[in-house]
Amino acid sequence: MGAHPYVGAGVVRNEDAQLLTGRAIFVDDVHLAGTLHAAFLRSDFAHGRLLSLDTSAARRREGVIAVYTAEDLGDYWCHGPLLVPPPPIAGLTFNTATLVPLARDRVVHVGEPMAVVVAESRYIAEDALEDIVVDIEPLPVVVGLEEALAPDSPVIHEALGTNVAAHAVQRKGDYEAARSEAHTVVSRKFSYDRGVAGSLENRGILADWNPRNEELTVWDTTQAPIPIRNGLAERLGLLQSQVRVVAPFLGGGFGPKMMMFYPEEVLIPWISMRLGRPVKWIEDRAESFFATANERLQLHEAELAVDSEGRILGVKDVFLHDSGAYDPYGITVPINTQCTLLGPYRVPNYYSEFTAVFTNKTIVTPVRGAGRQHGVFVMERLLDFAAKELGIDRVEIRKRNFLTPDEFPHNHEILFQDSAPLVYDSGDYLPAMEKAAEMIGYREFLEEEQPKARDAGRQLGLGIVSYVEGTGIGPYEGARVSVEPSGKVQLATGVGTQGQGHFTTFAQIVADQLGVDVTDVNVATGDTREFSWGTGTFASRGIVVAGSACHEAAIVVRKKILALASEALEAAEDDLELADGVVRVKGSDLSISLGELAVRANPLRGTVEPGAEPGLEATSYFGPARGTTASGVHAMIVEIDPETSEVSIQRYVVVHDCGRLVNPVIVDGQIHGGVAHGIGNAFFEELVYDDQGQLLNASFMDYLLPTATDVPHMEVAHVETPSPLNPLGVKGVGEAGAIPVGALYAQALEDALQGAVEILEMPLSPGRLFDLVHGTPSDPEAAS
Amino acid sequence: MKPAPFEYRRPDTVEEVLHLLAEYGDEAKLLAGGQSLIPTMNFRLAQPAVLIDLNAVKGLDSVDEADDGGLRLGAMVRQAAAERSALVAEKVPLLAETLPFVAHAQIRNRGTIGGNLAHADPRSELPAVMLALGASVRVRGPDGERSIGAGDFFTGFFGTALEEGELLTEVVLPPAVEGGGQAFLEVSRRLGDYAMVGVAASVVCDPAGRCHRASIALLSVGSRPMLAEQASACLVGERPSSAAVLAAGHAAGNKDIDPQADMHASVAYRRHLATVLVRRALTAAFERAGCVMGEGAS
Ligand SMILES: Cc1cc2nc3c(=O)[nH]c(=O)nc-3n(C[C@H](O)[C@H](O)[C@H](O)COP(=O)(O)OP(=O)(O)OC[C@H]3O[C@@H](n4cnc5c(N)ncnc54)[C@H](O)[C@@H]3O)c2cc1C
Repeated sequence: MGAHPYVGAGVVRNEDAQLLTGRAIFVDDVHLAGTLHAAFLRSDFAHGRLLSLDTSAARRREGVIAVYTAEDLGDYWCHGPLLVPPPPIAGLTFNTATLVPLARDRVVHVGEPMAVVVAESRYIAEDALEDIVVDIEPLPVVVGLEEALAPDSPVIHEALGTNVAAHAVQRKGDYEAARSEAHTVVSRKFSYDRGVAGSLENRGILADWNPRNEELTVWDTTQAPIPIRNGLAERLGLLQSQVRVVAPFLGGGFGPKMMMFYPEEVLIPWISMRLGRPVKWIEDRAESFFATANERLQLHEAELAVDSEGRILGVKDVFLHDSGAYDPYGITVPINTQCTLLGPYRVPNYYSEFTAVFTNKTIVTPVRGAGRQHGVFVMERLLDFAAKELGIDRVEIRKRNFLTPDEFPHNHEILFQDSAPLVYDSGDYLPAMEKAAEMIGYREFLEEEQPKARDAGRQLGLGIVSYVEGTGIGPYEGARVSVEPSGKVQLATGVGTQGQGHFTTFAQIVADQLGVDVTDVNVATGDTREFSWGTGTFASRGIVVAGSACHEAAIVVRKKILALASEALEAAEDDLELADGVVRVKGSDLSISLGELAVRANPLRGTVEPGAEPGLEATSYFGPARGTTASGVHAMIVEIDPETSEVSIQRYVVVHDCGRLVNPVIVDGQIHGGVAHGIGNAFFEELVYDDQGQLLNASFMDYLLPTATDVPHMEVAHVETPSPLNPLGVKGVGEAGAIPVGALYAQALEDALQGAVEILEMPLSPGRLFDLVHGTPSDPEAAS
Repeated sequence: MKPAPFEYRRPDTVEEVLHLLAEYGDEAKLLAGGQSLIPTMNFRLAQPAVLIDLNAVKGLDSVDEADDGGLRLGAMVRQAAAERSALVAEKVPLLAETLPFVAHAQIRNRGTIGGNLAHADPRSELPAVMLALGASVRVRGPDGERSIGAGDFFTGFFGTALEEGELLTEVVLPPAVEGGGQAFLEVSRRLGDYAMVGVAASVVCDPAGRCHRASIALLSVGSRPMLAEQASACLVGERPSSAAVLAAGHAAGNKDIDPQADMHASVAYRRHLATVLVRRALTAAFERAGCVMGEGAS
């Protein structure tokens, strides 16, 4: 029996036994008799007119059951939904171009699906792809962001007549007035690129239409099973109750699995219904680089106006954002950039303008961090340059600008991705900075270690940066808690789960209310049959929104338990205590187990009071007014080999604040993973496109994910500033670790190089670092 | 990522392999560890009609001392087996030192010495080791057996002197000589990746402490592994010194090689890495040769 309270304790994960012994079920583990396998014919061209597709030979191949092109879809062919309509920003331009299931007359990025083959095996399906004769007339390709806006640029979506996907200006105060009073203005151009989510498990779908009971079951690697069910029902003309979507264990989500609907997601269920057989499609790694959303380049021109003490008077930022070929996710990513740039700082005047452009590349939708890193990079870099120019210590300039606890809730007067005003709920930034500086040994490093190393010809540098992360946004999630006659508790919720530890953290929350062992709370999630309402796992919101719903439902069940027990034990509720799975009259050995109470709550005979509800069960929903604001400081010490430009991380410190910690071990795990992702984005990963929109490194041979030897041990500490916006006081943490790493590398490397170069771009690599320092040209092929 | 259909054969003698090669000609591919071949088949870049699996063939996986005191490695010796072999460590320390740089442990468990050489990736470590040591391979084909020196074996980008119908059976490494020293160094993006530049250096000093021979093989700097001749020229006949190895480094980086840029390294960076690595590798090799390095010019 574990010790209460569970919330706050680093209990072992409930799901570990299943995951670590290989018993957990992933989509590709589901084997149904008679399953057919699908493979997609994808465009080799980034932009072209699709003149014809001759599928006759493919249809004739033995083992091929069906081949579909856009034409074969009939009425089912239509543009997908706009998943996230943009916030009502005054003067906003937004041009919608949502995905299509199969290209009809135009292909707009490499890898866009044009046909699907369904066969007895994936092998045969792939053989048949080679039988299809494709005629594409190549069109000029739009790759670069600035080029996309040039007057003579080819236009990707002819109906729109422009490559502008969106244009938005958000303002606070009067930047120009602030600038005119500034002591110093630093302005720079920045380029910040990112990459793929790189989930261990790619996407996959298995759809099974059962013609006898007219039910469709879809196993899908989605972060949003309920919206997928709702959308499929609508599209396929079925009742929601006829469609069950299961997102079993997922081998990582990181954002791209929140995108919906991918072409494969609308086609596979439809095909299963047409053929009356289960149909499976498992994305392979080669496809994934083209077919799954990723995140990419932004180009910023930004300036920071400060007074003589380094206090921020205002920030101006104008940037271009790469949307890729379609924009089904609205402007979430650039809005996040715009909002997160402000960081933990007091910024009285802000002018932020962005233009999102269509390019002939895979779509851009949120990937862990979701545009936040771009904004943090710009702000942290500007502060570094201002500090240097004013001769102020870089920790000091940050401290001078931090919002103080009495300034919360703090309204930044611009709109966030959830269409609500950007208001920080709570925060206390100074202690985190001081703690991080102390942990990394900031003073000693600068005064002793670094000079000594420099004397010995070594290049050692330190970075220390801060950031905030808007997390835990609405609209809502729900949970149902029921005590079963076995005394065990069933907890169902609608958010999907992709390895965050929800089977444990949600159980901890409920176990505390009901006085049961955490292992006796069985969490069901990611299955629309278990719970019918909800949105999904995104924006670091699981624990905040679904966790709070679990908490609320458990409180109601606790009340029911106490009321029933008070009757059974003939004692006042105040005299009862709930622990170890029983209700006991305090100071006596009179008790009744939760199991017995559950039986009593569901009588087979006799009468009950009018209005009584059976069972020890309750369903609750939680919808926060707005998001919670997590924050953190990362610090690291790096060493550069002065001869080879190889970089090694000597120390890595994280001080993080996500409000109340439900499970510190799981939180640390989230941070570790995030930092690893951030290290990848800063120094290893890059999607390299040529000027024809061809991705040159579409495999893990050349697209470099950081490995165990590249990710250092992290020293993690926490500050806990509870959120006032939910009963648990929690804030989200899923994306946090990944966000400040680019800014951190930049500062640390610059420091190691003693300011020999200014670092204005991400990602870097040893080769790029060498070229920057020596002024030598980098790879001419890496066009974008 | 599924391969195109192919026929699969699993012979158990070299004779049968040769017979199948003769029968199917360039329709056939030999399968060793599969660590390079299978990915290319899965990408459908290679679509052999017949796959001749060497894994059941007897007599291709032994590690033996050669009559001259050198080492003979069967083509099917797994890279991991060679890495762990006491005989390899004793007879050819450069090979033992280099093997951990070849891919990852899991890949070395399957990948073979012969497959690695036959694949002839210009970024591979083992071909450079072969060149630096003056090793050779034995091959068998329709016309019997022949031996090919490393310098002649690697003919170009993924190209070897193997002719149609031929099988690489053995690698022959010469014995260590008195006054010899070797070293291997590379810079790669991550541990286990193909290097951006790598160097295998083998030097021999005479009893008077002069450099008698210096073979400096570079990888990832061109279409095939190459010997840096001008770098060697800076050393042979000279007493090794830090100035001489520095000069050799510059010769290698600026004169011997004509590297290409790729997404991981520019031309300038590759030249620079070659300069640094050649200097460092030579310094280590001379030290291991027991050669006292002078400060200035010799
Ligand atoms: C992720 C990854 C990283 C890697 N990193 C490196 C690295 O850093 N350095 C490096 O050197 N290699 C690396 N490799 C390649 C690895 O070393 C391969 O094992 C090797 O190149 C091929 O050996 P194999 O036994 O697997 O050959 P196979 O893949 O089976 O065959 C390769 C080729 O050689 C031919 N062949 C095989 N045996 C013979 C023979 N006896 N006679 C004639 N032809 C033959 C085959 O027909 C085929 O064309 C890496 C591989 C992977 C997957």
